[in-house]
Amino acid sequence: MKRIGVFVCGCGINIAKTVDVKKVVEEIGHYPGVVYATDYQYMCSDPGQKMIQEAIEREHLDGIIVAACSPTLHEFTFRRASEAVGLNPYQCEIANIREQCSWVHQDKEIATAKAIKITKSIIEKERLNDSLSPISVFMTRRALVIGGGIAGIQAALDIADSGYEVILVEKEPSIGGHMAQLSETFPTLDCSQCILTPKMVEISHHPKIKLLAYSEVVNVGGYVGNFNVKILKKPRYVKEDLCNNCGECFKVCPVVVPNEFERGLGSRYAIYIPFPQAVPSICTIDADACLGLFPLACNKCKEVCEPNAVDYDMKPEIIEETVGAIVVATGYDLLPSEELKEYGNGRNPDIIDGLHFERLLSASGPTQGVIRRPSDGKVPKEVVFVQCAGSRDPEKHLPYCSKFCCMYTAKHALLYKHRVPDGQPYIFYIDVRTAGKGYEEFYHRVSEQEGVVYLRGKVSKIFQDGDGLMVWGVDTLTGKKVEITADMVVLATGAVPAEGSKKLFANLKLACDENGFLSEAHPKLRPVESLTPGFFLAGAAQGPRDIPETVAQAGGAASKVIGMFSQEMLLHDPIVAVVDENLCSGCKICISACPYDAREFDEEKNIVRVNELLCEGCGACVAACPSGATQQQNITDDQIREMVKVVLGE
Amino acid sequence: MAKLKVALYWAASCGGCEISILDIGAKILDFVAGAEIVFWPCAMDFKYHHVEAMPDGSIDLTLFNGAIRTSENEYMAKLFRRKSKVLVAYGSCAYEGGIPGLANVTDREGIFKRVYDTTPSTKNPKGIRPQTKTKVPEGELRLPEFYDTVKTLAQTVDVDYFVPGCPPTGERTWEVLEAILGNNLPEKGSVVGAGQKTVCDECPRTKNEKKIKAFVRPHLVIPDPDVCLLEQGIFCAGFATRDGCGAQCIQVNMPCRGCYGPPPKVIDQGAKIVSALGSIIDAEEPEEINRILDQIPNPIGYFYRFGLPYSILRRRVIK
Repeated sequence: MKRIGVFVCGCGINIAKTVDVKKVVEEIGHYPGVVYATDYQYMCSDPGQKMIQEAIEREHLDGIIVAACSPTLHEFTFRRASEAVGLNPYQCEIANIREQCSWVHQDKEIATAKAIKITKSIIEKERLNDSLSPISVFMTRRALVIGGGIAGIQAALDIADSGYEVILVEKEPSIGGHMAQLSETFPTLDCSQCILTPKMVEISHHPKIKLLAYSEVVNVGGYVGNFNVKILKKPRYVKEDLCNNCGECFKVCPVVVPNEFERGLGSRYAIYIPFPQAVPSICTIDADACLGLFPLACNKCKEVCEPNAVDYDMKPEIIEETVGAIVVATGYDLLPSEELKEYGNGRNPDIIDGLHFERLLSASGPTQGVIRRPSDGKVPKEVVFVQCAGSRDPEKHLPYCSKFCCMYTAKHALLYKHRVPDGQPYIFYIDVRTAGKGYEEFYHRVSEQEGVVYLRGKVSKIFQDGDGLMVWGVDTLTGKKVEITADMVVLATGAVPAEGSKKLFANLKLACDENGFLSEAHPKLRPVESLTPGFFLAGAAQGPRDIPETVAQAGGAASKVIGMFSQEMLLHDPIVAVVDENLCSGCKICISACPYDAREFDEEKNIVRVNELLCEGCGACVAACPSGATQQQNITDDQIREMVKVVLGE
Repeated sequence: MAKLKVALYWAASCGGCEISILDIGAKILDFVAGAEIVFWPCAMDFKYHHVEAMPDGSIDLTLFNGAIRTSENEYMAKLFRRKSKVLVAYGSCAYEGGIPGLANVTDREGIFKRVYDTTPSTKNPKGIRPQTKTKVPEGELRLPEFYDTVKTLAQTVDVDYFVPGCPPTGERTWEVLEAILGNNLPEKGSVVGAGQKTVCDECPRTKNEKKIKAFVRPHLVIPDPDVCLLEQGIFCAGFATRDGCGAQCIQVNMPCRGCYGPPPKVIDQGAKIVSALGSIIDAEEPEEINRILDQIPNPIGYFYRFGLPYSILRRRVIK
């Protein structure tokens, strides 16, 4: 029988306050197989670890249990300490008597009894633990960045500048994302394009970056260090290497459609580039708008194209790449105004959202920076800004705060006032949130010195009233109903995950929160990593955030990738599923249960095998395996059964 | 060499196991050449007192089939344990509780009420129920006591070996008898006359990755004879059932009902079935999942058809 040592931590008073640590030691000391048990105030401290190491050597322990905090915190600490004195780290187990016991109980007697049960159950687990070694994995030192907004651009540049190759995939014809649509950025009022375009140009010329714009990731197979990525390159119908963006084709194209980049406020031709600084600087034919690629009804653009770049026969192409790490930077979209019934259902042209207003403010926008309302081009004299349009509204819309709207609305009002000095901006708000460097000062400037009227309250209804818009709201500070006849309304609609991200995340098997944003591995300590190894998160795909935060996080994700690439080998946790060949009958039930495609069928032996590099030890196959042939290393059915028996007092 | 003394007994069972001994065919002659049958209620006229009169440990082998449902079953189990050197739980009922074990979803009163009151063909205005003792002019009549809970043989007495099957197949039975006759006995407590894998291993059908969108009962379709029945939406318990039967049912287009019990590493066959089915039902929305699951008309009857008393569940809680 294994010689087991148990070390009970008081964690100051975190555990000792509700668990009688001495009693746990006394009781566990008599448990079968336990040859040594002791307690200490802080096991994780240097003296605490030393105490464990000395006991392992002195008592010739084959396994140890540290009854302390959650294994997510100090399992590594104690396993490393065990390994240093020659005990296999997988013979060290943590009994969580803090988060799962002392912190959630008040009654000391009950909590102590529970701590004893938890510790006994972990002793039963440890008794059947095997000694394991991490699995070494070769890795491809090339990164994939999905999304070419500011987050993806920054992450790609940081990784590439460290000397590693990057493949940057963007679904739109140009990189730049939403930041390229913004006029000026808060709180410094830098021109957004002026600070973004140098980075875009850098991407296009960087020797280590391969840019695949107008492309989408359709499938990711493989595992951390060795992902096999399939990328769909959509046909532009224009040869990238030949087009010189001379613009001759625009002059002859007979089809004019709304320009998505201008959020429909401006127009473009069926052959187009979304905006002048687009990267790559190549025309694209919009297959839906073009008079007819299939069958070809018009070939005016091809006739005038001097470099002969137009190719109506271009087909979608699948590009396969192997990468070691993937940064997901798919960004956000604004909640469609169509979902806000109380605010006109998105049907009234003069009720616009924040990005529309950015385009109206932009010097390169559809109005060259003159603020005109979309319906009749009139310069609006009364503009109502509605904050939290759809945000912080758990009953009807989004439960969360979209974080950047308070600041951009303040900026909108300020810029409006500068362009239309005799105009009157009103801002309806619930709270004004300005946590950020220089943000509060900016808000004060807008609210106190620029003649912007802030009204604390919600807008209940907006509807057409003659030439203008009637805005019904309430000022909760005075308790009065407010009615404003406005020329235009700007809704600060909440941010939602970018269109198509739900499907992509499901395809990549990435965990999301209840709002569809990507989940991080730990909300505080691992904020830029996904729970799926090899995936890193940047920007608003993880939750609404502004530019400085996005850039910082993208740099963080990049440095995680660089850190990974700078290791000699990747080490994979050996807590994986294994198949007993003598028990497996090849029913294949486990194959579809595996979320990591880690199970493959061996035709010859009629059994299923586990690719241990792909296996993340989630246990789904163990539950699915109807013959019990699949077991998880060190969390076998036998172990779980013994643990349950102890807990139930059998 | 003296002949081995062999007894057969049926407790709560259908009798099929008793007859299944004859499935060994002409080998029965080899069997009786080496064995003297001292008790076999289905085939030979011995009485209980004959067994009671035998010295303890004088029977070399008892093949005991049927579950323990009454005081008589229990008495005989204990009697044969005492009289036998080797006691074998023969067939699903003795091993796992079997079909009679499904009675554990109710209790004695529930069963009596159904049988003596509410069945459409019953007319019992006086509410007569079986009594363990009844006085009649000639004296006292006795009936065994009917228990609330059906138990397996091993939950009643110490058992040496287990032979699964409803009934065990002739080939497997002969293997067991041969091993016993040749004194070639495996480790005590072993399941004998069966394999180590699942019925899928013996099933000749093509198996693919499984995604189930609908269940259908076998009498409503004519299944493709070459493709896994489960993939065709027919609930087949073969994936969670020990092999050894030769996948006989499946070969005639009927799904496995699970009579060979759980595979070696599984304790609760029904729980494993639930867990495996849960992994392959191809639906996202809870409503759709419920709709698919509702197509299984009697989950406990399907998943625990032969093993409710043996399972972790054992029975419905009696309040």
